[in-house]
Amino acid sequence: MSKLNLFFCLILVLLMFGNPRASVAQVDTFEFQTTEQQQRFRKLSDELRCPMCQNTNLSGSTGGVAQDLRREIHRMIVEGLTDVDIEEFMFDRYGDFIFYKPRFRAETAVLWFAPILFLLLGFAGGYIVWLKSKKSVDESESLDASQLNRLNDLLDSKQ
Amino acid sequence: MTRFVFFLPVIVFFALAVLLWQGLFLDTKALPSMLIDKPMPEFALTTVDGEEVTNVDLPDQIFLLNIWGSYCLPCLIEHPTFMRLAEEGEIPVVGVNYRDRQGLAVNWLGENGNPFEFSILDESGRFGIDLGVYGAPETYLVDSDGVIRYRHVSVLDESVWREEFIPAIAELRGGVSL
Repeated sequence: MSKLNLFFCLILVLLMFGNPRASVAQVDTFEFQTTEQQQRFRKLSDELRCPMCQNTNLSGSTGGVAQDLRREIHRMIVEGLTDVDIEEFMFDRYGDFIFYKPRFRAETAVLWFAPILFLLLGFAGGYIVWLKSKKSVDESESLDASQLNRLNDLLDSKQ
Repeated sequence: MTRFVFFLPVIVFFALAVLLWQGLFLDTKALPSMLIDKPMPEFALTTVDGEEVTNVDLPDQIFLLNIWGSYCLPCLIEHPTFMRLAEEGEIPVVGVNYRDRQGLAVNWLGENGNPFEFSILDESGRFGIDLGVYGAPETYLVDSDGVIRYRHVSVLDESVWREEFIPAIAELRGGVSL
């Protein structure tokens, strides 16, 4: 491998481990009364998804609606609304789509439980296969008296 | 029975393949609206012409609510359809001038024609958030009680009008005579 290739590989690896959010976060000049408010703002705009430029969060999106929604989150935090209130506000307008981590509801139960269900199914399937193979090994290894006699007869008749 | 168990993985594979194949053709850009069958959000704003408007000023019959902006190229593409609907008196159209500047909006209407009963000025995009708008153009179908019944995201051209809106309006009119 040439030195140039090595260099590009290194850059690729660095890109893989870098925090993409840090480099694309939008700069807003919101003011907060406490650092706790600021942290809540950052967490919410990281966890909420931009409805326009899908697959980016609110903090990483340059989209107009993302800008407006960040402003609304700021307003609600400063007005003293809780995170639950703010999530409710978003859900009423944009639905489950707005959450990267969908809330647990009847409609989203499948999303949350399907992985566990598939894991259990996999374990059950594996267990059945294991039981079967064990059974067949047990059966094939030991011969009862009549089977032994037949085997000996067969071997005798061959000679 | 054992035969069936033997082929089970293949059957599951094909079922999944069909499901995922269909998924390829889903329109993931058009999000379902949360406001279907809910009343229009309350508002007290001004029109593009500077007059005060609230929910009371909305038409008391079935109407279209079109989200537009002077910066929005697709809005220009769907514009002739709204002009025709307004000229032929087929359905009233109310505009929401979304995230725009008043002066630009007035110029745009002057240049391209104004199909709207009035356009609600939403420079900040705050009213758009209450509607669950995520970008112009979007068009809502609102019934005579002010309840939102349908939303179309992106360009509403003649074929969308025929295939989506005419049936939806016919369904709304089916129950009550207007």
